[in-house]
Amino acid sequence: MSTPILDVRGLAYAYPDGHQALFGVDLHVHQGERVALLGPNGAGKTTLVLHLNGILGAAAGSGSSAGTVAISGMPVTRATLPDVRRRVGVVFQDPDDQLFMPTVRDDVAFGPRNLGLRGDALTDRIDAALAKVGMTPYADRPPHHLSFGQRRRVAIATVLAMEPEILVLDEPSSNLDPAARRELAELLVELDLTLLMVTHDLPYALQLCERSVILSDGVIAADGPTLEVLGDQALMASHRLELPFGFDPAHTARSAHSDRSLGHQ
Amino acid sequence: MWSELVGANHSLLHYSGHSPLHRAPSHWKIVATVAFVIAVVATPTGIFWPYAGYLAVLAAATFIARIPPAYLARRLVVEVPVVVFAAWLPFISTGERVTLLGLSVSREGLLAAGALLAKATLGVLAALLLAATTDIRDLLAGLTRLRLPGPLVEIMGFMARYVEVILGDLARMRISLVARGFNPRSPRHWPVVAQSLGALFVRSYERGERVHVAMLSRGYASSFGPGSSPR
Ligand SMILES: Nc1ncnc2c1ncn2[C@@H]1O[C@H](COP(=O)(O)OP(=O)(O)OP(=O)(O)O)[C@@H](O)[C@H]1O
Ligand SMILES: [Mg+2]
Repeated sequence: MSTPILDVRGLAYAYPDGHQALFGVDLHVHQGERVALLGPNGAGKTTLVLHLNGILGAAAGSGSSAGTVAISGMPVTRATLPDVRRRVGVVFQDPDDQLFMPTVRDDVAFGPRNLGLRGDALTDRIDAALAKVGMTPYADRPPHHLSFGQRRRVAIATVLAMEPEILVLDEPSSNLDPAARRELAELLVELDLTLLMVTHDLPYALQLCERSVILSDGVIAADGPTLEVLGDQALMASHRLELPFGFDPAHTARSAHSDRSLGHQ
Repeated sequence: MWSELVGANHSLLHYSGHSPLHRAPSHWKIVATVAFVIAVVATPTGIFWPYAGYLAVLAAATFIARIPPAYLARRLVVEVPVVVFAAWLPFISTGERVTLLGLSVSREGLLAAGALLAKATLGVLAALLLAATTDIRDLLAGLTRLRLPGPLVEIMGFMARYVEVILGDLARMRISLVARGFNPRSPRHWPVVAQSLGALFVRSYERGERVHVAMLSRGYASSFGPGSSPR
């Protein structure tokens, strides 16, 4: 098989205050895959995400860690950090943490400018990224005047502007109204990028990701096709994962499948 | 005070418009403001005629910018601490005493207080006028053109951005307090104000850390020195 884009091996990590959050995580994500990272509150999902671009872990030198993370075969070390951060685009949970420039355009420009882009090349990147998330008309607005859903889109654009190899999203559907949630799903499918998505929104995982991974108490507890993972009631219950009331994954998958085949007629 | 700050959520100081003053290049406006403030501050105590001239300049600028004087007047609240201090001066200064409204006050203190008030008011008005006619982006661009060091301009940009976020946090905290029966007028509840300001500080600090992480994630290499970590 080809080199995975994301290759995490035996990753363990304790925060500087001694709290151990990860206990030996193994995870591979290949080109073109969309993977959901599921798990209860406090399982270590965000901690894992922060290792993928070297914010935490050995490369950052904070806390104590073991194991390795490699991006397309390149180990994450202090020397490779700039390259790693270009290749791994992380969209954080709260857009207010991510959008810190006076206008949307400046914010989207921030990443590519750090990569050394200037002039037309920079403008092209910004325009392309904003177009992909449908936020072109808002380029000159200040981020804090946008709705939450719009801010989340801009946050995604800021990362897309760096042309990452893999997009990592921490709870992208949280706080969105149903329409914004659906539009975001459409956007993510259209991007056609390798995706790792942390989520508590299990129907969303089923809709977007063919594969799901459960992280629980700092270890990978399950890894398989989303439909099978969500359908395993004993597994789900033992990791505090609950489907929304009235949601039947098997039924949804069947009807989604028939929708798709209808669409092709 | 809280509601005062929180109510004005959308751009606290900028008064959007298309007057010649709004359109003037921001670095000129900055230079003009700084020059004006220096002139005001350098005016020797005891001479009062230049203040009429200063006031005329400000009045003309306000007129050209088509900003309602009341808009500036309301924002003069930032001057309150200076007013309080100035009000003390005539009482605590020594020297020749004069009688004013039946109170014995120091003549020197009275002059000093008058000059202080006049200077502070003119300076604050000039700054408010600059802020009202120049949006924060232009202001930062102007500072960059004036060769202010990049990191400084960057920090100001973050401040401008996060003042809004922090005011939003403050507004939410206030609402949640009020929803749980908090009464800002009752002195018994004042310790809560102190506690929640403390909480606001911690929240803002932690947000600062998260923002820094988000910046690093997008390839930011700190201009404050090598080997920066999220701490
Ligand atoms: N800065 C920190 N210092 C010490 N411990 C931390 C820190 N951040 C997180 N933790 C702890 O590490 C564990 C994993 O936290 P993490 O944020 O990765 O969980 P999560 O899976 O993202 O949870 P959630 O679904 O609530 O976002 C938790 O027990 C948490 O208390
Ligand atoms: Mg989390």
